[in-house]
This record gives sequence, C-alpha cells and structure tokens, in this order.
Amino acid sequence: MTMIDKAWLDIGALADIPRQGARVIRTPHGCIAVFRTDDDAVFAIDDKCPHKGGPLSQGIVHDRAVTCPLHNWVISLETGEAQGADVGEVRTHRVRAEAGRLLLDATTLLDKAEP
Amino acid sequence: MPQKLVVIGNGMAPGRALEKLFELAPDAYEVTIFNAEPRVNYDRIMLSPVLSGEKTYEEIVIHGDGWYVERGITLYKGHKVVEIDRATKTITSEHGAAAPYDKLIIATGSLPIVIPVPGHDLAGVLTYRDLDDVHAMLLAAKHGGRAVVIGGGLLGLEAAAGLKEQGMDVTVLHLMPTLMERQLDVAAGHLLQKAVEARGIRVITKANTKALIGSDIRLGPAHVTAVELDDGTVLPADIVVMAVGIRPNAGLAKAAALDVKRGIVVDAGMATSDPDIYALGECAEVEGQVFGLVAPLYEMANVLAARLAGDTTAVFQPSATATKLKVTGINLFSAGDFAEAKDREEIVLRDAARNVYRRLVLQNDRLIGAVLFGDTSEGAWFFDHIRRKTDIAGLRETLIFGASFASGGAGDPTAAVAALADDAEICGCNGVCKGTITSSITKLGLATLDDVRAHTKASASCGSCTGLVEQLLKLSLGDTYNPAAIQPMCGCTHHGHDDVRRLIVAQGLKSIPDVMQALEWRTSNGCAKCRPALNYYLIASWPGEYADDSQSRFINERVHANIQKDGTFSVVPRMWGGLTSASELRAIADIVDKFKIPTVKVTGGQRIDMLGVKKEDLPAVWADLGKAGMVSGAAYAKGLRTVKTCVGSDWCRFGTQDSTGLGVKIEKFMWGSWTPAKVKMAVSGCPRNCAEATCKDVGVICVESGYDIHFAGAAGLDIKGTEVLGHVATEPEAIEVIAALVQLYREQGRYLERIYKWARRVGVETIRAQVLDDPERRRTLAERFVYSQKFAQVDPWAERAGGKDRHEFRPLADLTRAEAAE
Repeated sequence: MTMIDKAWLDIGALADIPRQGARVIRTPHGCIAVFRTDDDAVFAIDDKCPHKGGPLSQGIVHDRAVTCPLHNWVISLETGEAQGADVGEVRTHRVRAEAGRLLLDATTLLDKAEP
Repeated sequence: MPQKLVVIGNGMAPGRALEKLFELAPDAYEVTIFNAEPRVNYDRIMLSPVLSGEKTYEEIVIHGDGWYVERGITLYKGHKVVEIDRATKTITSEHGAAAPYDKLIIATGSLPIVIPVPGHDLAGVLTYRDLDDVHAMLLAAKHGGRAVVIGGGLLGLEAAAGLKEQGMDVTVLHLMPTLMERQLDVAAGHLLQKAVEARGIRVITKANTKALIGSDIRLGPAHVTAVELDDGTVLPADIVVMAVGIRPNAGLAKAAALDVKRGIVVDAGMATSDPDIYALGECAEVEGQVFGLVAPLYEMANVLAARLAGDTTAVFQPSATATKLKVTGINLFSAGDFAEAKDREEIVLRDAARNVYRRLVLQNDRLIGAVLFGDTSEGAWFFDHIRRKTDIAGLRETLIFGASFASGGAGDPTAAVAALADDAEICGCNGVCKGTITSSITKLGLATLDDVRAHTKASASCGSCTGLVEQLLKLSLGDTYNPAAIQPMCGCTHHGHDDVRRLIVAQGLKSIPDVMQALEWRTSNGCAKCRPALNYYLIASWPGEYADDSQSRFINERVHANIQKDGTFSVVPRMWGGLTSASELRAIADIVDKFKIPTVKVTGGQRIDMLGVKKEDLPAVWADLGKAGMVSGAAYAKGLRTVKTCVGSDWCRFGTQDSTGLGVKIEKFMWGSWTPAKVKMAVSGCPRNCAEATCKDVGVICVESGYDIHFAGAAGLDIKGTEVLGHVATEPEAIEVIAALVQLYREQGRYLERIYKWARRVGVETIRAQVLDDPERRRTLAERFVYSQKFAQVDPWAERAGGKDRHEFRPLADLTRAEAAE
C-alpha cells in the first residue's frame, strides 16, 4: 500500500482523450471517467450518474460539466454536483496533466475507495 | 339539423367570427367558406415583416388546414364568388361551385386603389394587399434594381422599407408635402422623413404621378420602366408599388342589389338590407363609417358571432383605434382622432436631439388623440386615457410626459406598464386587457410570450403590443423572465432554431465555434441541447464541407449503437426493406453465440436487434456483421431508420405494385442521411396497408394506377394518421417526391422536430406546393438531397471495425491489474 501512497499514477496521455470528451479508467472499486475540456483542463469523477447510474463518460462535455446520456442530468466536473434543479453528487478524484501525461492521485482514489 | 352558413372571403375578420362562433355554438352551423385567395387564413397585418424577410408565410398563418378540418368546415381555396342569388339563396363561384345558404356572410374585404394614370396596367405595377403581392415584390427584388413606391402612408412606407431590406434601390413618392400627413403634423412628418431617408430610402414629397412608362412592346409584353411626374421628372423603375389606399370591395353585394354606399351598409348587428345576409370587415359600412384597422374588424366579428349564436343584444360600437408603423427601427404610434379642429387643443413635446416627438389632442379636458414618434413606450397609457375618456384636467401639466412621470418612475417602461389599470387594454387587435394577461400568467404559470399568445391571444395578431406583453411577463415573473429569450434553442443563446439556421446559411458559418462566436453564444462551448442541433444544422447546410463533430453528438450517434440502461449497447444491422436471408441469419446467430449476447429481438421496423452488447465488443461484432455483408441499420440515428414493406405483387394476391422492391430502392437511396429527427418509412402494396404506411413519417400506398404518397404520420407519444401528399404514376417519380420531401424537411425542420410536427408548423399545403406541385422546386430539392448523400453513405460500422475512433471503445487504463500486481 505504501508504495503507491501519495503517488501520482500515470494513466495515459492527454492526447488519448479527445477535447470535450472522456475516457474510462477501471479500478477495483468501479469505473472513473477522466474528462478533457475544450481548454485542456482535466477532471476525474466516478463514471456513475447519481441519478440512475448512467455512464457519465459517454455524455456530452460542455464548459466544465457533462450531460449524462441517460436522462440529461448535468454534472459539474469540478465539484461532482448535479446542476440546476437536480440534487445529487458523484465523487471527484484528483487528476492533472503534466508534460502531456495524465496523472491520477492514487491517494484520493484509495482513501475514498475504503468503505 | 344545423343551418348552412356560407362565408365569402377568408380574411382575418371572418376567421375571428368563425372562431368565436365555434366557441359559442359549435354545432349550430355547417360552414362553407369561399376564398378567392388559394390559401388559409393568415395575418395580413404581418405582410410587411414577410416582405422584409423578418417572418415567413408559415409564421403568419392564423388557421392551418387542420383548423378547418377539425371544425368540419368546407374551404374552397382559390374560388372567387361571382354571384349571390338571393331568390334561391345560393352562391356560385367562378369555377362553377354552387352552395346553398341559410345565412350568408360577405367578407370580401377591400381593394387597393389603383391610380388611373396611363400605364397603370403595365407588368411590374403592383399593389400591396395580399400575399401574392408580397411574392411578386420578393420575386422582383431578387434581381435588385429600382423600386418606386407611390404613397407615403403606413402601407407605402412599410412596403418601401421591406423592398429596401430585400436589396432594392427604393424611392417613395408622396403627393402631400409631408409623409403620413393624416397622422402627423408637419414637424413630425419631417422627423419621419429623416428616419426613412436614414435607411437609404429616397423620399420625394409633392410628387404627382403623371404616367407610368412601359418598355417597347415590339420587344415583348410591356413592362414598366419608369415613372413620370407632372413636373417632368422621370424616375427609372423596375417595379412600381401603388400603396395609396383601399376601398371597400362591395361589387358582389351591389350586383345582388343589397344596399351599398361606400361599403355594404349594415346595422349594428352586422345585418345587411337582407336579414339573412351579413357583412363584416373592410367591406362593411356602419353608420356611414368604413374601417381598415384590425381592432374594430375583430369587434365586428365578435358581434356577428354572437348574433349568429342567437344573442340579439350584441351591437357594434366603433371605438378609438391605435396603429403602429411596422418598420423595424422606426417607432411611430398613433391613436384616436388627431385631426385639427376649432374646439381642440394640442400639447406637443419635441426633443430634437433624441428624435422624440409627442402630440396629444385634447377636447373638453379629454384626450382624444395621440401621436408618438421615436419613443412609443407610453402609447398604451395614452390610448387607455383616450378609450376611457378620462378627465385629464388634473393631469394636464404633466400629461405629455406619460405614465412614467405620473407614477414617478422616470423613463422606466416597466413602470409605465405597472401604472396601467387592470382593465386597460393591452392588445387592441384581440381586445385583451392587462388583468386578463397578468391573471393568466399567474394562474396558468405562463412563462413565455408564446404561452401568453396561446392562452390569451394578446400580441398574437399584429404584434405591436409585444413589448407591453413582455413588460407584463417581467412584472409578473420578475427576473425569471428574460424578454429576449423567446423560445431560444437553449439557455446558451437567445436565438431560436429558425434564426440560427437562417444565420448559419446567411453568414456562411461553417463550424460550431464560428456559430457560437458570430451569434454571441452566452456559454463558452454550448450545452447538450444546442451542440447536437448545431452539428446537424451545419451538416445539413454544408454537405461535403462541414466536418462532423463527434463530441457534439449524443453517445448513440457517436458510437453508432443504442445505449441501454445498464450502459451496454444494442446493435441493429440494416435489412433492406425488411428482407433478410439464411446467410445473414446464420451470421447473426454465430455472433450472438460468440459474444454471449443476452437478448435477440425483432423490432417494430422489421429488423433484428441484439441487446446487451458490451461497448468494447462493438467493433468486433460489427466486423463479423460486415463479413456477412451487413451494414449499420442506423437504429440510433436522427436519420433514415427503416423502410418497412409488405410482400406486394411478388407474393400477395392483392398486391398492386412491387412494394418490397420499392422499399428496398428507397432504403438504398436514402440510407445514411441525417435528418432533424428520426425518419421511419413504409411501403404497402395495396390499400389494405399491411406495412402500416399511414402512421409513418413517410409512407407509400401502392394502387393500380401508381403510388399514393403519404407523410406526417406518428405512432409514438402522439398517434396521428398521415396526410396525403399526392399521387404519382411511376416509381422514379415517387422516389423523387420522397427525396424532395425529406430534403425540405432537412432544410426546415428544427432539430428533434419530427416530420409531423414540422408539417403542422409550416402547413401541409405549403409542403405540397413545393415538393409535389412545383416540378422545378421538386427537382432542385431532390438534387440537393442526392448531392448530400454523396458524403453521407459511408458505413460507420465498417469504419469503426477498421479502427476509427478506437478510443471510444477501450478504457484509458485498467487499474484493477495494477492493484493485483501490488
């Protein structure tokens, strides 16, 4: 555990995700969606809409939000909170882009994954 | 047994009368209408915005075809009535159609006055009265050139502004020294002239037309080339528009020996000298007066409807009217009686720097007339005082500053509206007062201008009170109402779908960022509502040029399969016309086994659906389907889905044509096309209609003599039988008509608007006129469809099986293994 504690995991290249798109990372605790916005900011949130569990990675990305493909809930990529009249939240994860690589904070991943 | 009610004329006044009559006594009459114009009832007041290009004909239709059908009204379009036989109580149209009546309404309207100068009958000399006039002007304006408008009144100026807007070089000739001299004094007339000239329109006053000069008849039919004035000036002209006034069209009534003076003489109950015959609208004369504005005409309509429904107390009392110049950017409002007379006084306010002019006409401490130029926001308040005949002695010193001063809220238009009493009239055309609107907004939860129009009719006719209605929405809803955002595409823009489509083409916008930049999107990159719509509009507008933006597509269209509730996908291969074969079925069976696909189902569109396919398996599934010769069935697309068929003359003992073959041909021709919403088709081989073609977006029913083409059906949220588009004799014609129809829909439909909704919005008649009746238009539409298909018919499954968009189908990283390793 200590080996990857406080470590940034290299999960791929920024270029692997299309702008205004997302890709999925599989983890033992479910899928995480990693988003790349129009201005190359990156975000990671659980790939599971708080509404009916829709795969947020498949939604349309606009500004810093994604619209769930199942029932059009809009989820903030920054806070994980549902926007507008809907109420709900998904977990966010720390991710950053550095020198064209995507780095995911394994600590938050593991900490939050604990029951 | 309902009585027979026959109506001659189908303008706004009889339209309103029938509307009211069907509310009051829905079953009392069997109604037949004869309309000399070949169309339904439309809003004549809005012709100027149609001429200037701000509106389309479809947007000004008051009663679509369906309205007549629902009420069981027989409408003869393009039937001019030529005789009323009062002895036999029968009327006859020029095409020989005859109709007996118990009650007859004459609503023949008015005729434009044509100045009888030499050359007035040349080609290119137009009047400004109906949609045909507007079409003639638009046609002439296509070639640019010079237009001369004779008449500097409301209509003339609106025509001039519209023609200018269409790119013509425009001159207005006015006989009097200043424009609109009946409404404006000399000073205001000059202000108006300045404003008109500032739009690049030349104005010549004191211009007396002597003759219209035509082209040399040896060169073909004479067409107007110039206007000659009596001072010798010759103005070259490619078209001349006469807009000098109207006179009641009472010839038919006169021929029937009814009492006719200027108009058809009627009593306060709208009855003519024959008690079974009524007249209303611009052709009617009440107490020596004839009327041309919509408010009194609608009032006549209400009275007539009440009378026909048995209320003998309803009487017509002419009241003050208000009017507004409908030229964008020039604000002019006039109300009541503003002629000068001995016992009248005037209060005038001029602010030259702001180009503001106000003139109030008073008589015995009552306001009887008002003219506002430049700033018309107080129009309703003044008009209210005129109608109420308020004693203004106490207000006199500040009256001219209007309600905002009276209530202390200087210059705030909302305050001006807030100051109005609940029974103050807001919509003069439809007689709707402030209280009705505000209580509807609150009680019914109305939030948009269209809502208010639908529920109260306020602002639904000439639209000049739109600003007031918006202020009322603002007053009632506070900040939640955004007046600029009337039916916008979404929260990212104030533009509606139609405007965006028009502007994409007009401004040559060729990418989503271009559109957002040019049309001032409020968000940096749109939302899930507008982006897919824009992506479609760009594809439809610029075939071959626009590069599809897959990030602006819903997941189904991005990965070419249908997402299911558990995040897996369903796969539906194309089976042309519903035909399949042993080898296809065998391949499907093998794929289902190989990829452990849990559910296989036959769809409503005669296809096979494999459900529960994992996303990462999709490319491999498609590769196997491709090997068996199958392509994407587009079951996920806002595009052509399926063409369902019956077995037709190949097998069926009733089949009249090869319906299966035609279905296959249509599907092979049209697959791959993107449309505003999904398009489902069917071809039935005989009228027994086993392919259920009469609830499809487009359906064909084969008959012995050819093909009946249907469209605009629905069998989903809404259930609706199709409309018959028409009959053609051959397969190639059927295919061309369908291509033209779908292309027109591709060009006009709003994103996610199914064909039946589009047809309801623009009118079945309008669509038929373009894709069936006009062979030239049909051909060009079909050609555009064929052109766009060049770029659309690429199998997306084959592309993806070959590696395109690989990132869509694979996870970025798999950390389940990382942890296992640890």
